[in-house]
Amino acid sequence: MKGHVWRPLLVVIGLVIIILVARMFYVPEDFGAQDRGYTFGYHRLSNEQEWKDYPAKYQDSEYCSGCHDDKTEELNAAQHGMIPCENCHGAAFDHPDDPEKLTIDRSRDLCLRCHSELYMPSSGRNDIPGVNPEEHNAGLECVECHNSHNPSLEEM
Amino acid sequence: MKRRDFLKNAAVFVSGASVSLGALELLDPRQLLAANPELRWGFLVNTHNCVGCGFCVKACKVENDIPLEANVTRTWVERYVITKDGDVVMDTPKGALNGFTSKLIDQNQSGMKQVDDEEIAQAFFVPKLCNHCDTPACVQVCPVGATYQTKDGTVLVDRKWCIGCGYCIMGCPYGVRFFHPVEHVADKCTFCYHRISNGGNTACAQACPFGARQIGNLRDPNDPVAKAVMNQRVGVLRDEYGTKPQVFYIGLNKEVR
Repeated sequence: MKGHVWRPLLVVIGLVIIILVARMFYVPEDFGAQDRGYTFGYHRLSNEQEWKDYPAKYQDSEYCSGCHDDKTEELNAAQHGMIPCENCHGAAFDHPDDPEKLTIDRSRDLCLRCHSELYMPSSGRNDIPGVNPEEHNAGLECVECHNSHNPSLEEM
Repeated sequence: MKRRDFLKNAAVFVSGASVSLGALELLDPRQLLAANPELRWGFLVNTHNCVGCGFCVKACKVENDIPLEANVTRTWVERYVITKDGDVVMDTPKGALNGFTSKLIDQNQSGMKQVDDEEIAQAFFVPKLCNHCDTPACVQVCPVGATYQTKDGTVLVDRKWCIGCGYCIMGCPYGVRFFHPVEHVADKCTFCYHRISNGGNTACAQACPFGARQIGNLRDPNDPVAKAVMNQRVGVLRDEYGTKPQVFYIGLNKEVR
């Protein structure tokens, strides 16, 4: 073959070799078709562990009752006992170390998530006591009258 | 060499050789998998129990570092109102991050719409999240192997490997994927892989006061989710796409898309 064929061919072969060598260094060893095969499982295996190590923010209500058992008992005795502590008190993270104090959401909007009256006949929403937020003491915070742990006014 | 010695040596050699061969044999991953109790994560949503409080959406965003005010979310709740005339009105304000507190239904460009209580035939909420399909369309279209399915069935995104091309976001028939505004990669629900793999519950299921959301192992016949999927009338979303979704719904209507 003549030079004008060889020269570009060599360039292409050189490029391919460079790409293959670069790939050897760039692609991690654990990259490949894993348990789910080439179509669904082609990935870097160590990423699964990276996701497992993602830091959790929420603990759970049992974690809270480890120290605040007086409060969780009071809460569990009332209807609001079904609501996890962290829904209103915020994610615990590493409380009490970090953060030392949690920010409690006492806003009217938080209560209205469930207690704003909507007509939802095929949903559990209809079984929850609801108010019309524009008529029911508009402008006041719910916690000014109701105890969030046991909101029934008769039992106060 | 005497015949007795020959037989003795031969026996020792053969047994020794067979032991070393056994020790050298490589472990087949499929054998290892079969030795472990099988695990396939699945999710159960009971739409009857959902009251549209949106605590799940908030918990998910906090748990998984999705900016609260950004217009993207890994899970959301839809409100469906079906009138007696058969009209379907639905909305999901901010993905129900702050719940549903108003009777006004957001109809985008046609403004807010209110359906009179007397007009309503059915009204309910439907939580949505990634279906972690058995044959995920989003994984198939990834050109770099950044999104994948683990052997226990969850579909994850490798944030170091994703090039942000957006094919998977277009490929998902359920629209559960989005572009993460901070990480600048494709993002989606992971079933809280970091929580469930370490013995915990997903943030959304834990935050739900009404038990509308549940995660479980579909391979375990004693698991409450597996039992419900087996014994109750459950439905999945967009079955016709052939993606084999693994999020099962109790009380799914044909109006729910």
